Amino acid sequence: MGARVITITSGKGGVGKTTATANLAVALANMGKKVVCIDADIGLRNLDIVMGLENRIVYDLVDVVEGRCKLRQALVKDKRVPDLYLLPAAQTRDKTAVSPQDMVMLTTQLRNECDFILIDSPAGIEWGFRNALAPADEVIVITNPEASAVRDADRIIGLVEAEPRKVPISLVINRAKADMIRKGDMLSVNDILDILSTPLLGVIPEDEQIIVSTNKGSPLTLDNQKGPAAEAFRDIARRITGAKVPIAELEHKQGGFLHRLSRLFRRSGA
Amino acid sequence: MDDSITLKGIKEGLLVTVKPDGRWSDLANRLITLIDAQGNFFKGAQVTLSLGPRELRRQDLAAMQKLLEQRGITLRAVLSESDITLDAARKLALPTSLQVAELAAAPSEALELRPPPIDPEEPGLPGVLVKRTLRAGRTVHSDGHVVVLGDVNAGAVVVAGGDIVVWGRLRGTVHAGAYGDESAVVCALHLAPTQLRIAGYITISPEDRNRKPRPEKALVRNGRIEAVPWE
Ligand SMILES: Nc1ncnc2c1ncn2[C@@H]1O[C@H](COP(=O)(O)OP(=O)(O)OP(=O)(O)O)[C@@H](O)[C@H]1O
Ligand SMILES: [Mg+2]
Repeated sequence: MGARVITITSGKGGVGKTTATANLAVALANMGKKVVCIDADIGLRNLDIVMGLENRIVYDLVDVVEGRCKLRQALVKDKRVPDLYLLPAAQTRDKTAVSPQDMVMLTTQLRNECDFILIDSPAGIEWGFRNALAPADEVIVITNPEASAVRDADRIIGLVEAEPRKVPISLVINRAKADMIRKGDMLSVNDILDILSTPLLGVIPEDEQIIVSTNKGSPLTLDNQKGPAAEAFRDIARRITGAKVPIAELEHKQGGFLHRLSRLFRRSGA
Repeated sequence: MDDSITLKGIKEGLLVTVKPDGRWSDLANRLITLIDAQGNFFKGAQVTLSLGPRELRRQDLAAMQKLLEQRGITLRAVLSESDITLDAARKLALPTSLQVAELAAAPSEALELRPPPIDPEEPGLPGVLVKRTLRAGRTVHSDGHVVVLGDVNAGAVVVAGGDIVVWGRLRGTVHAGAYGDESAVVCALHLAPTQLRIAGYITISPEDRNRKPRPEKALVRNGRIEAVPWE
């Protein structure tokens, strides 16, 4: 059995990587998958808080890399779902304590023991991003319907595409506000796809419940909660496992000549 | 174009001819840059250096031999009209002649590296072809023309001494005629650059988001940049 290693990244900070990692991990675990989350944001860890596992941490990623404990000992089990584990980031260490090779070695050890490894990448395009990218089989780029977030997503996609090994990329648009998009005050899904020409994995609406759930340390996808964001995350998890779940937000506009052209170049391009 | 160094395929491998003027250290650098720009293309090649009357010392040749070796290239022979250079080559046990007759009469099918003949009336400028979308943060720079098969996204930059042609959407920043050529043009299937420069002129796209995309060409006319239909 080989796990799929999926890195969740964005370029710009604060767009919802950690929120998405936690919610997708719980949703996948609820579907019966064995999931390990890795917080690659060394020095600014917070996946543990969003997942509500902060008080159970004994060892962290850097302890494993530096040989102070076994990988198994550092994994924190989430008792609320069948098979979900967190490998927390170190709180105090410098991000250079971990190298891309360390990340590849860690995931290699885990690959035979689970179905999914989700890596929460830090913002930026430097060291931490390189660590998160190194072991990835797939990359999910998160963006917001905002010009600056889309610009950074474009930059990140370019960097991933420049990797010699071909890593498939998909896009999640977070914090979409249907009313603002309708009024033309926010970039629409199609505007964003026009710029990024990257396959869309899902759209998550702006949802106050997310803030509540983050503060409680209880991801929205726990306990089959209702609500727009919870459902959007569950849909994305199902798409990740290969289910054909239609994306409602995708306006079915006939792709024009330029659109087809750019798809063509993406396919043939380097 | 700089023709101080020419590369030519011959039966014995690669003939590198270095013009007699200019400082050797500069030319040696340029040659290595030329080779490195081709990636591993020349790896395993046998190189014959043709130096004309230039006088080189043994250490110059030895250094060049080493640089070539580091790139997997063998220095096969040194051709020279200077006794000093010939002497230096012999000290390094390098042959100082090919069958000269053979060189001159080399049949054309042996010339693997010779480019197809160029119509002398259309010498053109060398160009760069980018066969993918240029995303934010990417920069392409060329002394000649730049052709992009794909989009140039906002945040990407293209600078060309000559023209810029984008077979896709142009939303980034471009500078054509960057060394002052006001006759340079920028063409795109959808011309909506963040900023567009031609030589010393500069313009930004009109804020007209709903304009239907159509192929356009930007050029300098009457002292400013104008966009006309690209047909
Ligand atoms: N769909 C949403 N609706 C409302 N609030 C959201 C949504 N998604 C994320 N947020 C809020 O946005 C903030 C940033 O989210 P998060 O920490 O997941 O981003 P991040 O990309 O991991 O940030 P960083 O780059 O700092 O790691 C949080 O306060 C979170 O609660
Ligand atoms: Mg985060």
